[in-house]
Amino acid sequence: MNECSELLKKLCNLRAVTGRENMAAEKIAEVLRNYCDEVTIDPFFNVIGLKKGQSEPPGNVLVTAHYDEIGLIVTGIEDSGFLRFAAAGGVDPKAIGAMEVIVHGKKDLFGVIGAKPPHLISPEDKDKGIKMEEMRIDIGYDGEKAKELVSVGDMVSFVNPARELMNNRLAGKSMDNRSGVAALVELLKELKKLHHDDNVYVVATVQEELGLIGAICASYNIKADLGIVFDVCHGDMPDAPGDETFPLGKGVAVAVGPVLSKKHTRGIIKMAKDENIPYQVDPEPGDTGTEAAAHAIAREGIPTILLSIPAKYMHTTVEMVSTDDVTAAGRLAARYIAGRDKA
Amino acid sequence: MFDIIKKLAQTFGPSGNEKKVAEVITGLIKDKVDDVKTDALGNLICVKKGAGKKIMLAAHMDEIGLIVSHIDEKGFLRFSNVGGVHPWGIVGKRVVFENGTTGIVWYEEDKDDIKNLKFDKMYIDIMAKSAQEAEKVVKVGDMAVFAGDTILQNGRVISKALDDRIGCAVLVQMALNAPETDNEIYYVFTTQEEVGLRGARTAAYGIVPDMALAVDVCMTGDIPNCKPMAVRMGDGPTVKIKDGSVISHPHVKDRLMDAAEKNGIPYQLEVMQHGGTDAGSIHVTAGGIPSGGVSIPSRYVHNVAEAVDMNDVENAVKLLEAFVK
Amino acid sequence: MKEQLEILKKLTSLDGVSGDEGAVRDYIISLVRDHVDDYYVDNMGNLITYKKGSGSGLKVMLDAHMDEVGLMVTKINSDGLLKFQTIGGIESRVLVGKRVRVGEKGVPGVIGFKPIHLQSKNERSGAVDKKNLTIDIGAKDKEQAEGMVEIGDRVAFEYDPVEFGDNKLMAKALDDRVGCAVLIELLKHDYECDIYGCFTVQEEVGLKGAKTAAFQVNPDIAIVLEGTTCYDVPDTKEHSMSTICGKGPALTIMDRSVITDRELVTHIVKVAEKNGIPYQFKKTISGGTNAGRIQVSGTGVKVAVIAVPCRYIHTPVSVMDISDFENMLKLAKKVLESLPVSMTLYREQGGIENV
Repeated sequence: MNECSELLKKLCNLRAVTGRENMAAEKIAEVLRNYCDEVTIDPFFNVIGLKKGQSEPPGNVLVTAHYDEIGLIVTGIEDSGFLRFAAAGGVDPKAIGAMEVIVHGKKDLFGVIGAKPPHLISPEDKDKGIKMEEMRIDIGYDGEKAKELVSVGDMVSFVNPARELMNNRLAGKSMDNRSGVAALVELLKELKKLHHDDNVYVVATVQEELGLIGAICASYNIKADLGIVFDVCHGDMPDAPGDETFPLGKGVAVAVGPVLSKKHTRGIIKMAKDENIPYQVDPEPGDTGTEAAAHAIAREGIPTILLSIPAKYMHTTVEMVSTDDVTAAGRLAARYIAGRDKA
Repeated sequence: MFDIIKKLAQTFGPSGNEKKVAEVITGLIKDKVDDVKTDALGNLICVKKGAGKKIMLAAHMDEIGLIVSHIDEKGFLRFSNVGGVHPWGIVGKRVVFENGTTGIVWYEEDKDDIKNLKFDKMYIDIMAKSAQEAEKVVKVGDMAVFAGDTILQNGRVISKALDDRIGCAVLVQMALNAPETDNEIYYVFTTQEEVGLRGARTAAYGIVPDMALAVDVCMTGDIPNCKPMAVRMGDGPTVKIKDGSVISHPHVKDRLMDAAEKNGIPYQLEVMQHGGTDAGSIHVTAGGIPSGGVSIPSRYVHNVAEAVDMNDVENAVKLLEAFVK
Repeated sequence: MKEQLEILKKLTSLDGVSGDEGAVRDYIISLVRDHVDDYYVDNMGNLITYKKGSGSGLKVMLDAHMDEVGLMVTKINSDGLLKFQTIGGIESRVLVGKRVRVGEKGVPGVIGFKPIHLQSKNERSGAVDKKNLTIDIGAKDKEQAEGMVEIGDRVAFEYDPVEFGDNKLMAKALDDRVGCAVLIELLKHDYECDIYGCFTVQEEVGLKGAKTAAFQVNPDIAIVLEGTTCYDVPDTKEHSMSTICGKGPALTIMDRSVITDRELVTHIVKVAEKNGIPYQFKKTISGGTNAGRIQVSGTGVKVAVIAVPCRYIHTPVSVMDISDFENMLKLAKKVLESLPVSMTLYREQGGIENV
């Protein structure tokens, strides 16, 4: 198994439900410390690594990848001990039936999301979508014990250890966007080999799934003159529109569109061609829905590049990426930072 | 305290027109605070100075209402909503304009199912006999609010505009109590919450507090056949965990829960799936301000009459006082 | 007026789909550079001009956005046809059979459509699905098309302005080149207040440019100059018409993005009435403008919106009444001239003030 897969597996198995990233902040910081001059955790639990530049005064580059994951939040505890819940982030109720979960109560509790046996579902109901308020988490305790261990507002994360498949592919929960965090590490590793003038702030950000909140804070606090975002885009899927999905293993997707810096996007595409790093072009007519939308309008506006790693089955627990694309993303960004034209 | 609630709830103040509410609040607490300011959006910012942490407590002054979009030749007023108003919930209800002009809301009766009613099929009748008569008292762009008394019954308050004059009343009462603390307290009465959490944003930008709380109402799950929600009216104010706009900062949430536990103040945990509060916009202002909220459980939010329990209101004051210590 | 109208026509003939406003910006710079004290283009591409006033130091931001709605090439099919998505809000039914220019080279193309003869019964009566439309630049295959266009290329409508009927102008991109034309003219005159003329980018993709512009300018007051929706054609009830073409510039009280400042709007109304300039209030609360972004910038800004009613907005055949344009110019100029006198109180209230 390659080094990148090893790291990404480890990252995916961390638990950091959106809004409660304090669960994993210190562990992310540990990872970044191996490659940075300084690592701090801000009041919102953004983990900020600084790799100092070699010129005086240095420019500032901000590279972000969010490390929060979608999950559930407990909304009620029934007298029978079953837990009601709602989504924290964009969870598809159709994708969570019969799923193993961890309820982060007074202690971490294993549970399952129950599902009606097929025998008991009426023919009419079979064709209907299921709603989240009809589902319950079963933690195997009665009401009294459940109320002692669990409070309304406790977060719930999904269980699904990352597993390796053919062709350097990994599947598991939270590839969105731990693969971006892995790309931050790949970037730092590559930067070590290169001379770079600029201070590089790599930030594993929080609460992206709730509205880019970590990125809004980070891009306000770190005054950068170049922003780079690592996130995931949709991998090729049957039935999905061909201009919005990208094959796995064919390189990182470089986004082009109104909110992205034309100059830097052209620059990084040229760099990819020159250095023979595989890439694809991702047309983004809107605001991209990623942290690039936050960086672009922070303060005076940060010229921003968006690099996306194709991921299949997004917002399920079997999100799949190719670590080749993760490595390509990190390498490409590092080369661009080191070689960028400051004019 | 009921007198304060009544006075505030009966003051006219739809979004963008909160000036009168600000005047009432200023009159009530200006002698108890060190500084009173307003900003360009009309936020009222009252400061009790201290050397410790800067704590911002925000309650919004604006209430939902209607805005006149057109006056027809017969003198009927067409309107749109200001904030979240259900078309079917206001049929036959009284509304009142700033100058006291009263109207009745009705709809074009030839239209089909009332559940599908839309604002463009509705009108306000102010008893004008012509456009000219109507235009003497109301102009396009004028706003109206719901009419209705504020009463106390069995320890519970029924009134219009409890969202969020009840929050304003809590902060006013707290400012009058002047709890002892080293921290610097910003009592902030915000504007335009109902149309997008706007005022709180600029107020927070001007203050940059160390932490902030939105003091607002939340829904309950204790009425017949409603959507399940683990909050009941009368069981205490809530510590907000999540609403549609924010997941509370863990430290703010923990500090609130500690304050309640240590002082024996009843409280509930709130996970509200829809609807935002000022905490949502303060949270992301000026590089991030750790935010959370305390809510007064309220039935029938965003209707002509809303309801809260006085025990919850009084305990909310106690909880906030314990929080800022 | 002739000159201002010619400038407007020239502005609408340039392409400036969101994120690609360079051509519009360059033309505007050539027109205003000699009339302002300073100007620069910021990180996002906003053109920010500064004109020092003779008096009060009141900071007034004037905003007009340079970008227009358009399309983006998202895929090149094997047969050489171009798949696209829209940038900003465009109804699919207005795309059929339109002339377009693709990319910076302005490669000519058309948006084709299945002939009615070949449509199934459902297709005949149903709505147009954007996903089935493609741009045809005449390429014989993918390879040839790739030589002319790239994925991500912006696509603009190719429609020249036409004066027609009773004092009407048809053009693409009246939203918001009409605001740009008004702002260009306003910058040619002198005022007591300090003017920050901001020609902003990316309004149509979420009011982006105005946010960073307002952050940099940090004004006391902002007036947004717009082209706004107008639907006064038959079969619309009077109360559903958002504005009426030819009845004067429209003032916004409230829309989805903003409730404008009551005192500032009252002031504008007074100026209009005193000078006998017709005006109207926008009657619907749909849509949003840069005012929404500017108002909540910093510690808050007092904002107003003045707009020319444009029929068929967000199509290549927008129509306005030239008299509305003239009256908007007059009104905006009079408002600026009267600001320092009647609005000294705003200076005190701007930012945080003691009561």
